[in-house]
Amino acid sequence: MSTLHEADDVSRGTTSPAVLKAVGLTKHFPVRGPGNRVVHAVEGVDLELQQGRVVALVGESGSGKSTVARLLAQLLTLTKGEITLDGTRVDAHFGRKFRRYCRNVQMILQDPFASLNPIHRVRYVLTRSIKIHHPGIRRDEREQLLGELLTRVDLTPPERYLEKFPHELSGGQRQRVAIARALGANPRVLLADEPVSMLDVSIRIGVLNLLRDLKDRLNLAILYITHDIASARYFADRTVVMYAGQVVERGPSEDVTQRPAHPYTQLLIASAPDADLLGERAEGEARGEPPSLISPPSGCRFHPRCPFAMERCVTTAPPIFQVGEGQEAACWLYAEDATEERRAAFGVSA
Amino acid sequence: MTITEPTITRTATTKKPVLEIRDLSVDYGYDDDAVHALKNVNLTLGAGEILGLAGESGCGKSTLAYAATRLLPPPGVITGGEVLFTSSRDGHGGDLLRMSDRELRAQRWRDTAIVFQGSMNSLNPVYKIGKQLMDGIRAHEKMPAHAMRARAADLLSMVGISKDRLDSYPHQLSGGMRQRVMIAMALALEPEVVIMDEPTTALDVVMQRQIVEQIMDLKRDLGFSVIFITHDVSLLLELADRIAIMYAGNIVEDAASSEVYHQPRHPYTAGLLHSFPPLHGPRRELGGIPGSPPDLMALPSGCNFHPRCPFAFDACPKIDPALGPTLYGDAEPHRSVACLLHDPAVGPGRLPDELAARPAG
Repeated sequence: MSTLHEADDVSRGTTSPAVLKAVGLTKHFPVRGPGNRVVHAVEGVDLELQQGRVVALVGESGSGKSTVARLLAQLLTLTKGEITLDGTRVDAHFGRKFRRYCRNVQMILQDPFASLNPIHRVRYVLTRSIKIHHPGIRRDEREQLLGELLTRVDLTPPERYLEKFPHELSGGQRQRVAIARALGANPRVLLADEPVSMLDVSIRIGVLNLLRDLKDRLNLAILYITHDIASARYFADRTVVMYAGQVVERGPSEDVTQRPAHPYTQLLIASAPDADLLGERAEGEARGEPPSLISPPSGCRFHPRCPFAMERCVTTAPPIFQVGEGQEAACWLYAEDATEERRAAFGVSA
Repeated sequence: MTITEPTITRTATTKKPVLEIRDLSVDYGYDDDAVHALKNVNLTLGAGEILGLAGESGCGKSTLAYAATRLLPPPGVITGGEVLFTSSRDGHGGDLLRMSDRELRAQRWRDTAIVFQGSMNSLNPVYKIGKQLMDGIRAHEKMPAHAMRARAADLLSMVGISKDRLDSYPHQLSGGMRQRVMIAMALALEPEVVIMDEPTTALDVVMQRQIVEQIMDLKRDLGFSVIFITHDVSLLLELADRIAIMYAGNIVEDAASSEVYHQPRHPYTAGLLHSFPPLHGPRRELGGIPGSPPDLMALPSGCNFHPRCPFAFDACPKIDPALGPTLYGDAEPHRSVACLLHDPAVGPGRLPDELAARPAG
């Protein structure tokens, strides 16, 4: 509960060093057929995860958010860029090195119906995780750990859940088992890829609150991937907005959602349903569709949809500009020499 | 072209019912252990109205839509009730559940059309969308092929797709465009009632906004009524005139959408509203609703919501509340709620603060 308010000052600075850091993350997927065409799924993404902090990665489907998570989990090889864990560069996709990496970085997947094997009981699922990540653990210690894991995710009493099959659990309980499995490795980083979007609306908040408690108690670094920017505001300290494989804006969640700087973030926020804005909405704002990533638009990838597009948006990709305390946007409107255009776009100069 | 002109004038004041669902019950399964997916559901859709149907997965909202149009696949069985359609144009109609196959076939798509969930699976991947659009028209009206094609082109442009897309296959369109084709298809015969089953769930918020605006525009122009099914209450608050909230096969609250938002009367409705983090305004701690959605095979006794309800009292596990007036009674005659707190005979006679916002006006 306290994190909601204390988050503000911490989310601006980089107080603690990053556990997991990605610089210039790039992934191209080859396309079958003639020509050496590739899908530019992720292009030059920088990301930093700190202990006890939640970073939200927001974007529409196809914007590359899940690819970023898979790259960070070492499930895909990088085309370019590097990932560092505690300052050491990692490139481990199999074997002992990969396992050591997994012990630190665990992933939670979107669909708990698919991510738990239907033929195994909860006990087996969790025991596997413990055995793999705590080799040589004694039987009684293991039993104790099993109970602890389930208690941590609020599945109490543990005995009631240990012998259950996934189909005997509700969606929320299943996702809690998946979280417990991730915690079995005793990780420092959790990559949560849309952890609540398959759950019923009334229990989503419960799972998010659980993740936040765990983050506080275990000092976890969490990457929260979502398409729901309102939940990013609720749950995350910092928010990173992606569009067509690139980061377009990042900053403290409160700033990004209340004073969005990039035209795409503004569009995203204007499109979200909000009963309080009833009738105030300007119609016809939302238009266009995300671009093809095989031949992305030149310059800024958002320019074909951007209401404020200028000449240089078509020709040159914008660098990241500082727009506020800890808030950055990749948009030419924030260039030093674009005061005129900025005023024309937003009224007063930002 | 007639379809671009308003066929009826929008009469917001006199909401004559076009579709009345009375005591509709649906079971899944045939014997004693059948699951009761819908239990005596009553719902009225007024002419020109957008009625939102909200609830969690498994609460029966899609079942209601399919049962009301007799599209329910086995083992779903309609065990009782009636669905009365009354045309607001010429007064024809009848009980959909008791129509002969022939009548039903004529009625379908002409009077009530459906936009199905998941446009990806609802369009046939091996036929061009022009052919699929014309299919529905051909089944109901006799007209020369070129006129039919012109009609299909008109339908496409009505939803903002250029008409040379008639010869595209579904996979050549984006998700948003496919959803628009589904909407165009539903409107092909100018139905009076359009049922939309989660039409935007698979889409992004930006695309969702475009589709919703499109639906509102079309509704204004063509004057049909909509039953809009979704689990996203915040979307309904913007879009719908009236919202019915479902829980475990029952409608637990039925009220105007602004009333649902500002003065929820059912604890479940209030809980749902507290499950969506706000995008604006103060950040506050949210709780969601404790517990899990009920298992329809083993429903709690009495009020199905009582194990999760923060205001449950001793009568709740014993009595199953019926949809009735709120505790404010005549002060808000147009809304109803199924909760014992609102029953002066058993309830405590006063409402907890969360549910007690005074009716407006």
